[in-house]
Amino acid sequence: MAVQIISILLSALLTENFVMVKFYGICPFLGVSKKVDTALGMGMAVTFVMALASAITWLANKFLLIPFGLDYLQTILFILIIAGLVQFVEMFIKKSMPSLYSALGIYLPLITTNCAVLGVTLLNVQNYPESFLYSLLYGIFAALGFTLAIVLMAGIREAMDETSIPKPFRGFPIALITAGLMSIAFMGFSGFSI
Amino acid sequence: MDFGNIIAAVCVVGGTGLIFGLLLAFASHVFAVEVDERTEKILECLPGANCGSCGYAGCGAYAQAVTDGEAPVNGCTVGKAPVAAKIAEIMGTEAGEVEDVVARVMCGGDCANSVYKYDYEGVSDCVAAARYAGGLKRCESGCLGLGHCVSVCRFGAISVVDGVAVVDADKCQACGACVRACPKNLIQLVPRSNRHWVLCSNPEIGRYVNQYCKKGCIGCKLCEKACHFDAIHVVNNHAVIDYDKCKNCGLCAKKCPRGVIHAEPRPGAKPAADAEKTEQTPVSV
Repeated sequence: MAVQIISILLSALLTENFVMVKFYGICPFLGVSKKVDTALGMGMAVTFVMALASAITWLANKFLLIPFGLDYLQTILFILIIAGLVQFVEMFIKKSMPSLYSALGIYLPLITTNCAVLGVTLLNVQNYPESFLYSLLYGIFAALGFTLAIVLMAGIREAMDETSIPKPFRGFPIALITAGLMSIAFMGFSGFSI
Repeated sequence: MDFGNIIAAVCVVGGTGLIFGLLLAFASHVFAVEVDERTEKILECLPGANCGSCGYAGCGAYAQAVTDGEAPVNGCTVGKAPVAAKIAEIMGTEAGEVEDVVARVMCGGDCANSVYKYDYEGVSDCVAAARYAGGLKRCESGCLGLGHCVSVCRFGAISVVDGVAVVDADKCQACGACVRACPKNLIQLVPRSNRHWVLCSNPEIGRYVNQYCKKGCIGCKLCEKACHFDAIHVVNNHAVIDYDKCKNCGLCAKKCPRGVIHAEPRPGAKPAADAEKTEQTPVSV
């Protein structure tokens, strides 16, 4: 089991990194990666939501969809659950933890329709339909992989701000090129497995 | 056609939706955060530039702080008196006076007057240049003239003229972005009514200043002696004006042997001999 968990960790962080290899969550990856601290905030918010969504959707799939033979409704039901959940979490945090809300609050609505969150829930019911623990861990580790990618990107973009870049490449073009090169680097991990 | 399947699908999705809907409706009551409606109103009055010159993260944070009673109603330097009056009306207090400030660059060492250490051909930005031996000018506290402040100014108020940044007071909204950005800390917010400021921030003694800047303050204290109002002093080897005491008489600017003290012409005054005359008579109090 320990080997399995490490295997999930490594694959979610490196070999099948959500942003760099699977290309999920590109929108926040490019949108919120201008500064390291906001990138970190976004990463934390995604981690939180992904862990929660993994748990709830796995339960919904196991005890609601499969017994009725409604597997084909996974996508729409998961979207519904994630959206409701994020809204609920936002309200809850706003009331109970104002400091956390001011740190994560603005990112939470962005995550509602993030394909990375929907992606992890759909992958979970595909890959780990029988194990709640693995689903949950995969959700957390995948989100940490996302955090890793977005923080690395933010670090590079911060450094790039102070370098001389040819005018046509400033801003988004160089960010896209950087993302492409980072993705190629991450592809180097592919093939490793435990 | 299996109607059971359709009904099950409708029930599952509809039921989940209903549960979440109820949960959210319930949560919105239980977790309702009481928002002071004054915050919204204040936010509407504010310029919305989110510049942070009030000391808060943005207009929203400032509006919140005002309703919480932490921030003064006249804290917005961009909106100035009209905005302060509106906010005061919402809060039901007196607006008080808003000090109208403007950014000024405390350096006059332009290309002709200062000595350069090396030819700089890197990124055209002061922050980058300041990393190479403190910048390209011999003077450690001189304006590098590469326009980092120009790039951060959202109002297009700064330009680099002859190697030194110059603020256009008409365009300046006193947001303070340049003050925070300048790697040499040369830009200060000074009262707009004040028409004299010192074009030097160099802390070194006159003997050294003399070697690399013809317009640098050498700390001779002639301005101190000339001032009738005890408003100018040599601090840290350069003259510093106390804006609370300064009456804008311009005596110090006339006495200064190096032309370090900048004298802005009176608003509306002709920059001809006329202006000279008015400058000469000290304003009585």
